[in-house]
Amino acid sequence: MDFKYLKEYLGWLYYQYLLITGIYVLEPWEQSIFNSVFFSSVAMVIYTSYAFVPVHVRLALNSLVQALLCH
Amino acid sequence: KDDQWKQDAPELNLESHSKGTAHSAGPPSSRQRFQRPESFENPPMYVAVMTYLGFGIVTLFGYFRDFLRAVGLEKCHIAREREEQKDFVPLYQDFENFYTRNLYMRVRDNWNRPICSLPGPVFDVMERVSPDYNWTFSLTGKTIDDVINMGSYNYLGFAENDGDFLKTVADRTQQYGLGVCSTRQEMGNLAIHEELEQLVATFLGVESSMIFGMGFATNSMNIPALVGKGCLILSDELNHTSLILGARLSGATIWVFKHNNMQSLERLLREAVCSGQPRTHRPWRKVLIMVEGIYSMEGSVVRLPDIVALKKKYKAYLYLDEAHSIGAVGPTGRGVTELFGLDPSDIDVMMGTFTKSFGAAGGYIAGKKELVDYLRSHSHSAVYASAMSPPVTEQILRAMKCIMGLDGTTVGQARVHQLAENTRYFRSRLQEMGFIIYGNDDSPVVPILLYMPGKVVAFSRAMLKRKIGVVVVGFPATPITEARARFCLSAAHTKAMLDQVLFDLNELGDDLCLKFSRRKYSPRPQQHNNNDDTDFELDS
Repeated sequence: MDFKYLKEYLGWLYYQYLLITGIYVLEPWEQSIFNSVFFSSVAMVIYTSYAFVPVHVRLALNSLVQALLCH
Repeated sequence: KDDQWKQDAPELNLESHSKGTAHSAGPPSSRQRFQRPESFENPPMYVAVMTYLGFGIVTLFGYFRDFLRAVGLEKCHIAREREEQKDFVPLYQDFENFYTRNLYMRVRDNWNRPICSLPGPVFDVMERVSPDYNWTFSLTGKTIDDVINMGSYNYLGFAENDGDFLKTVADRTQQYGLGVCSTRQEMGNLAIHEELEQLVATFLGVESSMIFGMGFATNSMNIPALVGKGCLILSDELNHTSLILGARLSGATIWVFKHNNMQSLERLLREAVCSGQPRTHRPWRKVLIMVEGIYSMEGSVVRLPDIVALKKKYKAYLYLDEAHSIGAVGPTGRGVTELFGLDPSDIDVMMGTFTKSFGAAGGYIAGKKELVDYLRSHSHSAVYASAMSPPVTEQILRAMKCIMGLDGTTVGQARVHQLAENTRYFRSRLQEMGFIIYGNDDSPVVPILLYMPGKVVAFSRAMLKRKIGVVVVGFPATPITEARARFCLSAAHTKAMLDQVLFDLNELGDDLCLKFSRRKYSPRPQQHNNNDDTDFELDS
């Protein structure tokens, strides 16, 4: 894997992200604000799903199995 | 996902329709053209979602910046009232300029670019820089030379400064000077104006014509002279602002029908004939159908045979605005009437402009002699507006004579053919590449859909960097989800220039992900009626 091409590819992906969200037209400090808000919320979503989703699923399955067994 | 094909076979029983299909032998008949569908392909759903997302985020930041300006944390560059006037009725409507202030101002380096040469097939653009994100500009003094011009309405390439071609214009300037200093009705009726009017009438195949100094004013000042209160105007949904302004100024009732949709038009005509005027139910004094030859934002061509049939059936009048189509379509450049093989006397009012295909300025209205004589005394433009300047008149005369072949050469005819060939080549190559293009295959106006606001801006800047000048259009001139880049082809573009533009478009299309079309095209697209004109062999 050639690092030069990887950097170029990641740069192109970032450019696409700027174009699609419309951030391309904003000034750099506004872009920084949006990026920090967006990526921190994405990070929080990932952390929450990693930390809590298995626990919730396990609890839900337990209560479902118990409900089925009782009847 | 199905494309949204506009109806191409109306259910009306039109005799011209059957005449067209009966033609099987003979030269490629222009009658068969009106069966050619125009496509307005829909993009994939995610494109619309992303477009709204982009606009939404920029709007949120717009509110944020407005808040900062209101609080005082940021300097306000727009017009504001003075402190003493804060309690008066507001002079500057703050919210209405929201879009201008918060989106247009950020990216306005893509519009109003100063040009410092002739707007021919290539031109020079002045370089501008902005230290404060496009609120103010300063010119660096350098020029960007030899930018390929894909935005000027120069369909037949008459925007030229060759001394040989312009000799007659120089002679007339010597003879008449530049200013006319009067209106047509007073002292401004020069012999050269009469000569041009006769030539325009001969060119179009009508009895008489009248010329005006400004194209926009031709529409807006003459429609009020033709219709008034108690008349009905049926206007296409995508008509130009000059037509809409003229219609509103006249005081007539305006009903709008869907773009190029004959069912919608017929329904409105039936209702007009059956119910009459709104409260009194008296019959309408006049019913005027207003359409354009080529719609410049879509590149679509009007369905003229259907409209003429409808007009005859319901006894309405037809006003045809050929601003973009005169000189640019038709085998000899006579416009959409020739494209469809119709009789010019079927159209009651033929209007056109000289700005686009003739490289001059001004407009004309042509038709029966009674109509034009009436307009000479009743039109606001004839009575109050200054007459057309002599060198401009001579430029139109020489251009028209060139197209008709009256100057003894075949230059004009060659240009008309070159434009048709360029149009077909460019459009077919773009469709092969996978862009979404609107409009009819014959129209030299090619809108490429870009959709997202970020991409529109990036496209324009990237094309200028590659030395190609394009015009991009967004909201509010187009619907909010349909921002586009509009290419205007010219007979002066050589194949090398078109290939250069196509190459750059291909690269940019991949770079910016603009190829939204979901249709598969073979290298030689077969037309709906399989009637390829054999005069031009395109090697794609």
